[in-house]
Amino acid sequence: MGDPLVIGGREIGSRLIMGTGGAANLSVLERALVASGTALTTVAMRRLDAGGGPGVLELLRRLGIEALPNTAGCHTAAEAVLTARLAREALETDLVKLEVIADDRTLLPDPIELLDAAEQLVDDGFTVLPYTNDDPVLAAKLADAGCAAVMPLGSPIGTGLGIRNPHNIEMIVAAASVPVVLDAGIGTASEAAQAMELGCDAVLLATAVTRASDPEAMATAMRLAVESGRLALGAGRIPRRYWAQASSPSR
Amino acid sequence: MTVLVNGIVTEVGPDATLADVLAVHGVPERGVAVAVSGEVVPRASWASTSLREGAVLEVLTAVQGG
Repeated sequence: MGDPLVIGGREIGSRLIMGTGGAANLSVLERALVASGTALTTVAMRRLDAGGGPGVLELLRRLGIEALPNTAGCHTAAEAVLTARLAREALETDLVKLEVIADDRTLLPDPIELLDAAEQLVDDGFTVLPYTNDDPVLAAKLADAGCAAVMPLGSPIGTGLGIRNPHNIEMIVAAASVPVVLDAGIGTASEAAQAMELGCDAVLLATAVTRASDPEAMATAMRLAVESGRLALGAGRIPRRYWAQASSPSR
Repeated sequence: MTVLVNGIVTEVGPDATLADVLAVHGVPERGVAVAVSGEVVPRASWASTSLREGAVLEVLTAVQGG
C-alpha cells in the first residue's frame, strides 16, 4: 500500500494493531493474528514463573510480527517506568505501550501519572505510545511531551461499548501532530471502521477478536473494516442532507 | 545468604552473583529482564553483579496481554 502507517520513524505494515490478551490458547491466537494481517502486537510483562504462555514471543517471532510491550497493571508512573525498562531489556525494543491505570474497576488511565511517566520515558529514549483518555487536552499534552503516537480509548478496556464520544476522537485527530490510534472499547467491525472514518491512523484491539466466538473470522472482519474505514475517509463521504435527493432520473 | 526471587526465598552462597542465582532458578538468557531492588540490571552485568542479604529480585518475561 502506498499509504503506510509511520510511528516514531518506523513503518508499520498494517493499520490494525492487535493485542494478544484473552485468547484461549496460542493456536487460536496464531490463527487470529494471521487473519488480522497485523504487523505489531502487544504483550504484557509478568513474572517468569507466573505462567500464561512463555511461547508468545516465539510465536510473534515466527510470524514476523513486532512485539509492543505494554505496562498493563501499573498504577503509578514509577511502576510503569520500571516495567517499560524491564520490557526494553527483555524484548530488546524501545517501543512501549504506556498504560497507567487509575483503578481496576474502570481500567481508565490516570492522566496525571500517565503524563509523568510519558515524560520520563521519552527522556529515557523510548518510543512511547500512551493509552489515554478520549480527552483532546491530555492527548495534545502527551504529543507535546514527545510521545510517538496517542492512543485514546473508544470506551473502557474490554467493554466492547464502541466509540462513546466520536466528537472527542475527531477533535484529537484534528489537533494531532502524531498518529492517533483508537485503543480499547471496540466490540465489532463497524466500530473499527468508524474509528478510521473519524480520521484515526490505526486501531488497536484485542478482546473483540480474542473473545469472539470465532476469533479468526472476527480478525478477518477487523482487517477489512480498518481498510474500509480508511478508504471511505479518503474517498470523502457525501454531506448529510435533511431532505431526500432522488438518485434516479425524474423522467 | 538469602535472597527473594519472584517472591521465592532462595538460599545461595555468600559470594553468589546475580548470574548464579538466576542459574539456580533456570532463568533463560533471552526474553527475560531482571530487576534487583527496583533497578533493572542489564544482561551483560548479571555475572558481575553481587547481591546483598535480603535482595529482592524480580524476573519478568513477556506473556499474552493487552
